[in-house]
Order: sequence, then structure tokens, then C-alpha cells
Amino acid sequence: MVVNTIHWFRKGLRLHDNPSLKDSIRGSDTLRCIYILDPWFAGSSNVGINRWRFLLQCLEDLDASLRKLNSRLFVIRGQPTDVFPRLFKEWQINRLSYEYDSEPFGKERDAAIQKLANEAGVEVMVRISHTLYNLDKIIELNGNQPPLTYKRFQAVINRMDAVEMPAETITFEVLKNCVTPISEDHDEKFGVPSLEELGFETEGLTTAVWPGGETEALMRLERHLERKAWVANFERPRMNANSLLASPTGLSPYLRFGCLSCRLFYFKLTDLYRKVKKNHTPPLSLYGQLLWREFFYTTATNNPCFDKMDGNPICVQIPWDRNPEALAKWAEGRTGFPWIDAIMTQLRQEGWIHHLARHGVACFLTRGDLWISWEEGMKVFEELLLDADWSVNAGSWMWLSCSSFFQQFFHCYCPVGFGRRTDPNGDYIRRYLPILRGFPAKYIYDPWNAPEEVQKAAKCIIGVHYPKPMVNHAEASRINIERMKQIYQQLSCYRGLGMDRICLTRGNSLNLEVIIIMIIISIQFIFFQLSNFHEGAGAHHPGQSSSVCCGALIIIIIMMMMMIILLSGFFLIK
Amino acid sequence: MKRGRTGLKSQCQIFPSLGEWAKRPKWMTPAQDWGNLPHHVVLQIFQHLSLVDRARASSVCRCWNDVFHTPDLWRRFEFELNQPATSYLRSTHPDLIQQIIKKHAQHLQYVSFKVDSCTESAEAACDILSQLVNCTIKTLGLISTARPSFMDVSQAHFVSALTVVFVNSKSLSSIRIDDTPVDDPSLKVLVANNSDTLKLLKMSSCPHVSPAGILCVADQCHGLRELALNYHLLSDELLLALSSEKHVHLEHLRIDVVSENPGQTHFHTIKRSSWEALIRHSPKVNIVMYFFLYEEEFEPFFCEETPVTHLYFGRAVSKMMLGRIGLNCPRLVELVVCANGIEPLDEELIRIAERCKSLTAIGLGECEVTCSGFVEFVKMCGGRLTQLSIMEEVLIPDSSYNMEQIHSEVSKHLGRMWFPDMMPTW
Repeated sequence: MVVNTIHWFRKGLRLHDNPSLKDSIRGSDTLRCIYILDPWFAGSSNVGINRWRFLLQCLEDLDASLRKLNSRLFVIRGQPTDVFPRLFKEWQINRLSYEYDSEPFGKERDAAIQKLANEAGVEVMVRISHTLYNLDKIIELNGNQPPLTYKRFQAVINRMDAVEMPAETITFEVLKNCVTPISEDHDEKFGVPSLEELGFETEGLTTAVWPGGETEALMRLERHLERKAWVANFERPRMNANSLLASPTGLSPYLRFGCLSCRLFYFKLTDLYRKVKKNHTPPLSLYGQLLWREFFYTTATNNPCFDKMDGNPICVQIPWDRNPEALAKWAEGRTGFPWIDAIMTQLRQEGWIHHLARHGVACFLTRGDLWISWEEGMKVFEELLLDADWSVNAGSWMWLSCSSFFQQFFHCYCPVGFGRRTDPNGDYIRRYLPILRGFPAKYIYDPWNAPEEVQKAAKCIIGVHYPKPMVNHAEASRINIERMKQIYQQLSCYRGLGMDRICLTRGNSLNLEVIIIMIIISIQFIFFQLSNFHEGAGAHHPGQSSSVCCGALIIIIIMMMMMIILLSGFFLIK
Repeated sequence: MKRGRTGLKSQCQIFPSLGEWAKRPKWMTPAQDWGNLPHHVVLQIFQHLSLVDRARASSVCRCWNDVFHTPDLWRRFEFELNQPATSYLRSTHPDLIQQIIKKHAQHLQYVSFKVDSCTESAEAACDILSQLVNCTIKTLGLISTARPSFMDVSQAHFVSALTVVFVNSKSLSSIRIDDTPVDDPSLKVLVANNSDTLKLLKMSSCPHVSPAGILCVADQCHGLRELALNYHLLSDELLLALSSEKHVHLEHLRIDVVSENPGQTHFHTIKRSSWEALIRHSPKVNIVMYFFLYEEEFEPFFCEETPVTHLYFGRAVSKMMLGRIGLNCPRLVELVVCANGIEPLDEELIRIAERCKSLTAIGLGECEVTCSGFVEFVKMCGGRLTQLSIMEEVLIPDSSYNMEQIHSEVSKHLGRMWFPDMMPTW
């Protein structure tokens, strides 16, 4: 029987460590690797030009790699539920493979496709390779609940079996006799589209700071490991002005699109650590980046409302403000705070910002200054940030806005001070906000405080050439910390800082309640025991038992009096 | 008032008498049964229902409707006033508001208004306030859930609405009017009518009040136990008035110190003798101070012994200031520092551990502390630290400890599992 296979690329845009592809090739006669351009999938119409460019570069790279194996990539436009029945018939497909997608919408979509495949008699092969572990196993190990704190997550990970080795890269040997039927007009029908063809304006578009593709990803991985080996230090690097700029060894967008296998990264890190540190067991913190990603995937996989506040069981309901004008200023880098504006400008231009920069702007938008919903910030990041996928983006926003994960909310990133401490000279600001180039380091983070002469010398008058600050940070943060306190005071599970009054009085009353309950229980216990004793002994020693009974009654009365006194004291305090 | 989410049916388990009732002979139709339930039973059930469910239940029959309007169900109410353009939350229905004002104004005792950032919502709250004429309100709260929209209402409108409640209630014990345009004359009215009953007054960020206005409150309201205000309202006279013999023990004093622009506000100092008088009079008082200042504006503070118990620094605070706090704040219970700088704070922390013997909670973000210094600090404090919230970036590994060892070392000294606070790195 002839076996015709389709491998469906979604994420996992790579030929190394692609177990679903590798397993489906075995025994296949023909192989077609497809990518479906589904512009309406899960709101991805909200995707900016940098993300599209990255994706198209990934697809080009895949196509080039497949060409070397006498195959090609087939890019098909449309919705999967429309595309597949057609392809099954046209190409007489009897096998379909794809990488497992843990996100709720992905699971729903895949369930629909599985059904179509079953109806058409197509065998479906699914393998896990986008995450280090099988997420359902993690949830199972944690009592059928996803771990809601990172520390708990790490504890569960420690008990999991080792990460599976990456699958063998697809080569000629792996393909063996499997061929791809390529038509003359392949480029027209199935070629990777260009940005212009998708309707984007590419005039004045600068070269990509983050070029997409598996080749680039693997090169970066080597450089990343080289640098780590050279530094011989696996500790978290200290933040400095340079960290803010795009790094040639940065890997997060490649992990998101699947150009780089997380398992390959994991094993290479482990090997390097063992080599440099002479066979010590690597600590979990070594895989920080990978484990955070895994954590958010795990929390999101069974929660279709993960990206919303309303109806999301793990999200604190916070009365965010609705203010489209303020949101636009933040998104477009016109807040009047150079630190925030520079970060948002870098994000829009390049598609990546350092994680501490993300914390700064996220805090500013939500619980720090503007009090706007994290869902809005999440949508802006979804559009602009190369490594933001559904689970990680939503999870991080909830974390940074203190809407979930039992976060302490006291720490607020100051839009002036934080930047100043990271990059005292202000070079980062000057690079992304050239209008502020003329300001000295003293005033570049709060130019509205600069005297008029300084502003004139810098050829930038605040309020004219650069906006005035849109909020008074001191006032805004004062009000917002009060709001967060009010909200958290109503959460009975919260035991943290900043509760001053409530913490103390509640603590007192809790102790009293506990004491009272214990007394009641002990009284009942004593009474019960004595009544048993009385029943048992009464028959033999009537005299003794009655005196014991009196004694017991006296004790009970005393305890009841104590209880009454304590209760009245408790109510007085209340 | 309880706000249960369970529907009517599941209440049968809580009230066994109801279950027995349901087992009556079949010739009695169910409709007759439910409608003839005793009032107090229906009342108990209603107390477990949310307002929406209760309102629905009230349209079932006359009996249930009567119970719905029992005064006991209307003691506590929270008016939520939101506009769809500025909030994701729903608003209390205007018809319900009308009903409450018509039928239940005199029953209201614990009232709060939650408004969003739209001026209209704040104005609606003021309108409702001005109609609460025949009431005996005990607790009043004006809460802005986002931007302080009460400040956008015209001062005259706000003050006249508030005065209606102050004059008519005569037994106000707890008032929260933070971020509102309340002024001295309205405080005078408050005092004139409620001086015997006032226990709690929260008025942070009320820019139209002067120190004289709040002094009037302290002088006349001898039952005042909790007060929240801004630093510019604090004065030696105020502290002395709160420590007068006639005055009850003060339990909670919250002071917000906020600066508009660096160097623009001048902060006066409070005399040590005034603080001492307060502590002599109320030895258990919690003094909570929230600072939102620029680093250079801290000069007037903590030069002498200050009996503050809870300190929160919303912006950066200098190393020197933390040193001063160690020296001069012996009553310190909780310390939160949002940001400091890039010099290690080892010395300052150790001094705080030495001299602030009541310290039970500390939070540090954007500071630097060496691991050995931190371990030393924890060793000195021991198990009394119930809240230790340190951002991971704060701790600097050194020759004695790295990041893996620090958590076991600190856990050992604390007597419980401890980890630094983490932030996602992706």
C-alpha cells in the first residue's frame, strides 16, 4: 500500500529534533511538508510586520533546507478545516503528522482536524517537542492542578523523569526512499509569500535585527554556548546598559517559533555545564529561560480563558480603567517618560526588549501608573514582540500586573529611577529617542525637570518637541498601591506585605478563633470520654462513678466559663 | 451581609426543617408551600443570595417581595457606579438605586460608593448622597477604583452632598473620603454632628483640608481611633490633641508623604516631644508612613527618634536614610523598600536587625545586598521575620554563598522554607 504523508508545520519550524516528522517518514512513500497560512487563527490578525517577516524568513529557511533534501515546503492559504479535506483527496493522503500544540485553541483546532482525518481514514501522528516535558504529566504529578507558583513548579519538575533526548535530524539517510512530488508551478502555487504579497508596506523597512530561520537559530545557539563557556559562569548575568540591546546570542524568538528545539538547548546547556564545572549536577536555575516558558505553558494548557480576566479562575478581578487614549500613548511611545518611550520604540522597531524592560513597561501600564488592564498590554505585545506566544505572553502579563500567581505587589518599577540605575549615561535613550540626544545624563530620564536653558541647548522643549509626562508618578503610584491593597485585603488567601492594619487585627482574631475551637473540641472530647467511662464503669462502682461524673461536670463548667470569657473578649476586640 | 452564590435549592440542606416541609402530603400543591414559608425562613435564605438572585426571587410572589424589602437586608449596601466607556465592570442598576433611595434610605447603615474614573460616576454618587436625608448611616466610604474622579466634581456640589450625610446621620463612626475635595467647613459640620461617635477617619490626599481643619476634628472627636492623612496636615498640635487625657487610645495613624516635583514641597519636622506624648498616651498605636519622594527630599525625616511602625518607600530611598532609620526607629515592625541603588546595604540592614527588635516583615526590591550580609541579617532577626520578601535580583552572590546555598541557609535560620521572589525571564 502506498503511504502518502503530510507533515503539518505550525510551530516546530525545524528539521532537527522533529520527532513527529521523523516518525511519519518511516514507511512513507511520499512526503509533503506543509504550512497553512491561516490569518484568522486565534486573533493572529493582530500581528505586526516584524512577526510576519520573522515567520516568512523561517519558512524560507525551511524551504531552503528541504530543497537540499530534494523536497520543498508547501505554503497553503486558508483555514485548516477547509484545506485538509481537499488535500486528503487530491494527494490521496493516508498519514498526517504534526507537533503537539498545548494551547487550548490549538487543542481545539487539532481535535477538529483529527476528526476530519479519522473520517478520511488518515492516520494521525502527534509528538511532543515544543516543550521539554509532557505537560499533562506535570499537571498529574501536582494533584491534577497546574502548579501556580514557580517554586512549586520547580519542585514538581524535580520529580519528573529526565527530559527526552532530541530526535535525529532529518537527512537523506532518514528520508531514504521517501520522495516529494514537486510540480513545475510549485513556486506559484505553494511558494513562501513575500511581505508585499501579504499586503504590507515595506518602504523604509530596516533590515531585521532578528533574522528568522532554523539556520540562524542553530548558529546563535553555538555562539550562545561559546559565550557561556568563555565566561565560565552560569550565574544570572548582572544587568547593565548593554543588556538592553539586542544580543546576537539571544534565543527567545527562535524558541517561540520552534526554529530552535528547547530540548536541544537543554541538553547542550547541560553538556557544557558538566564540561566546565567538572561533572557537577546542573542546578535548575541554569534552565531558567526554558523553565519559565514551560511553567506558563503548563498553567495555560487547560484554561481557555487564560488570556482574559473575566471568567479566568486564576486571575484576580481588578477594576482596571478603560482609557484608549492613554493606552495609545503607551503603545506608541508618547508617554513623556523617556525610559518607557525608548523601550516601546525599541519594541516596535526591532521586536525584542530585555525582560527587565518588559517588567518596567508592564508595571507602568498596569499597577504602577496608568491602571489599564493587562489584557490591553498583552495585545500590544502580541502584535510587536517576536517571542510572545499566547501562553507565555498572557501568563507574564498576569504576573507583572500582580493579577495572579500570588505575587507580592509592593514593588513598583519607577519609570525614572529604574532606567537611571540601569544605564546612568542614558545612551539607550539617545539611541531610540534621537530627539532627546542633546540632554545631559542628569536630565535625560526626567527632561521635564530640566531648566529652560538646558532644554533650549538640547533643542528640545518639553511639551513642544517631546511630550510632557502623562502622569505624576508619585501620585499615581500612591493611588495604585492603595487600590492593590484594597483588592488584596478582600482575598482571604493573601498573607503578605502592606496589609499593616488588617494583618495585625486579623492575626489576633484568628488566634482567638483557633483557641476557642480547640477548647470546644476538647470539651466535647472530655464529655464524650467521660460519658463512655460512666456507662462502662457505672454498673460496677456506682459510688465512684458518680463522683467522677461530678468532677467531670465541674471541669466542663469551668471550661465553658473560660470559653465565654474568651468569646466576649474576642467580640470586644472586634 | 453574606453574598452566597448558591441557588435556592441547595439551601434545603442547611435548613433541615425545609426538607421536612417538602415531605408534606401530596394534596398540598408545591406552589402553595413555597409561598407560605415563614418570613424569617425566607429572610435567612435571602441573606445567602447575591443581590441579583434576591431581586429575581423578589418578583415571585408578594410574600417574598415583602421579605426582599425587610430593613435587615438593606443595612449594608455598596453602590457601584461605572460607565461602560471607562470601566469593564457593571454598574448598580439605576432603578434599584431609585428603589433604595425611596424605600430603604432610612435603613442604610453601612454604605460605600465605588466609582470608576469617569466624572459622571462621581457626580452620580454625590447625587445619591444628597438624597440620603432620613438615614442613620454609621459607615460611609467613597472609593475611587481607578483615577480619583471625585476630584473632578465641583467642590460645591461635593461638599453640599457630603454635608447632607454629616448633618442627618448623627451617628457616623467610620468615614473614608480619600482623594476627595472635602474641605475645612465640611469637617466642622462633621464634628458638630458626630463628635461622639466618630472612630475612623481616612482622608489621604484631600488637598483642600488645612492642618487647622483636621486639628478641629482631633480636638472634638475624642473617640477617634484611626486616622489617615497626608503629611502636610500633621502638626505638633495635632499629635498633642490626639494625646489629650479625654482622648481614647489611638490605634492606627497613617501618614502619606507625597511630593509633586523635586524641591517644590518643603516638609516641616515634627518635634520629638510630640511623638513621645503620643506614644505615652497610646503605647500600642501603629504609625504607618508611606513615602513617595525624590531621594534628595528626605532630609527632614528620621533625624530624631520617630515611633513609626510600618514604613513604605514607594520610590528610591538613599543608603544614608536607611542608616538613619536603623538608628531612630526602634518601634519598626514592617519595612518595604522599592528601590535603593547599586551599593550594598549590608551595614544598614544589620543595624536595623540590631536596633529594631520588633521587626517582623521586610520587603526589598531593586536594592543590592550581599549574600553573606543577608544571611547575617536573617540570623540576627531569626524566626520573628514572618514576611521576608526579597526580589531575586537583590541578592549578590559572594565568596561565602551562591544563589543555591542562600535559600537553604536562610530557611535554616528562619525555621521555614524560604525562597526569594522571582520574576519571569523569557
